[in-house]
Amino acid sequence: MSPIAVTASSAIGHSAPADLNAPVRIGVRNLNFYYGDFLSLKDISIDFFDRQVTALIGPSGCGKSTLLRTFNRIYSLYPEQRAEGEILLDGQNVLSSAVDVNELRARVGMVFQKPTPFPMSIYDNIAFGIRLYEKLPKGELDDRIEEALRKAALWDEVKDKLRQSGMGLSGGQQQRLCIARTIAQRPEVILLDEPTSALDPISTGKIEDLIEQLRTEFTIVIVTHNMQQAARISQFTAFMYLGELVEFGPTNKMFMTPTKKQTQDYITGRFG
Amino acid sequence: MSVLSDRMIISNMQSVRRSSQPVFDRVFRWASYGSALLVLIVLAGIIGSMIYGGMPAFREFGFGFVTSSAWDVGRDQYGAWVAIVGTLTSALIALVIGVPLSIGIAIFLTQLCPPWLKRPVATTIELLAAVPSIIYGMWGLFVFAPLFAKFVQIPVSSIVEGLPFFGTILYARVPSGVGVLTAGIILAIMIIPFIASITRDILDQIPTMLRESAYGIGCTTWEVVRHVLLPQAGVSIIGAIMLGLGRALGETMAVTFVIGNANRLSLSLFDPGSTIASRIANEFNEAAGLQLNALLALGCILFLVTFTVLVLARLLIAQVKAR
Repeated sequence: MSPIAVTASSAIGHSAPADLNAPVRIGVRNLNFYYGDFLSLKDISIDFFDRQVTALIGPSGCGKSTLLRTFNRIYSLYPEQRAEGEILLDGQNVLSSAVDVNELRARVGMVFQKPTPFPMSIYDNIAFGIRLYEKLPKGELDDRIEEALRKAALWDEVKDKLRQSGMGLSGGQQQRLCIARTIAQRPEVILLDEPTSALDPISTGKIEDLIEQLRTEFTIVIVTHNMQQAARISQFTAFMYLGELVEFGPTNKMFMTPTKKQTQDYITGRFG
Repeated sequence: MSVLSDRMIISNMQSVRRSSQPVFDRVFRWASYGSALLVLIVLAGIIGSMIYGGMPAFREFGFGFVTSSAWDVGRDQYGAWVAIVGTLTSALIALVIGVPLSIGIAIFLTQLCPPWLKRPVATTIELLAAVPSIIYGMWGLFVFAPLFAKFVQIPVSSIVEGLPFFGTILYARVPSGVGVLTAGIILAIMIIPFIASITRDILDQIPTMLRESAYGIGCTTWEVVRHVLLPQAGVSIIGAIMLGLGRALGETMAVTFVIGNANRLSLSLFDPGSTIASRIANEFNEAAGLQLNALLALGCILFLVTFTVLVLARLLIAQVKAR
């Protein structure tokens, strides 16, 4: 076994083992995705389980981010991109034109590669998302904001400066603010697109701990380039390559005894 | 032997290059110094000669030159008030009309426009900036003003006649089509390309991820633009607006055509007026003596007004940035 594989597999076991009886939250059925004429996801079928962390891994350009971006239909901002097939969220096909995308995005929250605080105060960064869908009295809104900041492990650092701009926080704090903003809307699913790729190791550690906490409440899908990270924080791992789903299974099995040769090669660092 | 001589030639060349470098360096340094200084000298020269030329008028009328609305060539009485008011009013009208349109255009181009339409619209907007101002002036006078008189001035005047406030500011005694409002509208068209294309660039520079994360929490396009993109662009848009304002304050040819060039102060936006630039353009040719001094003094005031706008814009931007 190569050193990388050793460190990756040694990272397994930091988080809870996969719950093989968890119900399905998102079911992807025969999904094809096109950038213009280019087919970038090929007939993907995969299930994401309730209150489990699923990591999407694979080399750059394998389609893992593209797959993530179909769940909240954020790709539909770009007219040349389209998806065919079914993505069932609690049995309802989110790709159907009958689905209200804005409502969908409140149910399926997303955190991006770089922190993206809005140009407003820390308080308003979170209040903004809540106010879009709920009219709450001031006291209740305050409680929701505190709750979200506590869950994002940010409350103690910002409780005295809620009225200051969110842009003044450090990179790691900003990213936790974005996570707080997402969970304040009480979504069912949280999508994380390489959420720690712009952060230092300490901030990364905090975000990983946070993901482990959030798993008890939310279904989480995370795209990561970092295999150790996938091993540390996920219950399930999907390995993608060239727009296809190569292998999917419980994380410990994927890292210890992958069935496909491509998976093994990638995990042991032979390519990618 | 030949190797040796080659080497000597090379080392000779190198030493020549070496020894000449400091000279070139110095020449280059002074040339760039000089270019930078030249700008300052030219600017100082312009300001200096205008103050010098305008001095007799300031001395003759004192501060009253600014506050007096007299402009009587026959009796040699001059005051800048009418032109100052006309300049500020027409520029303000231009901003009131032009800024929302420009920002709307920029938002459309960056957020809503289907890709195939982007280039034609953007190019057309930029072409507007390339139209010479005399064309705007002629079009304004011969095409726009008659239509404006027929379809706006006359009906509006008959509606508001007798009403308080509106009966004053929107009443045309002589509905000729030309006037302060007409000038403001033409100016608005002229500043739109500047403000719109700069605002578009600013919006384009906002990271895609910020935009996506605003959509990602379920915002509609309006909410994304209103609460995230525009505040994010905030300060830079003020800069774009100030650039447009600077242009509106100093624009001469088009305004001279359509403002009516009246020397009388009127409270109605439909009435003719004049701006500092239009008055100078109108009278410079035949001016002599104190009239010429008064025109140069007007020039000084225009300088001061645009300079003040620039400084205020800088201060505003600095303040917003510091927050």
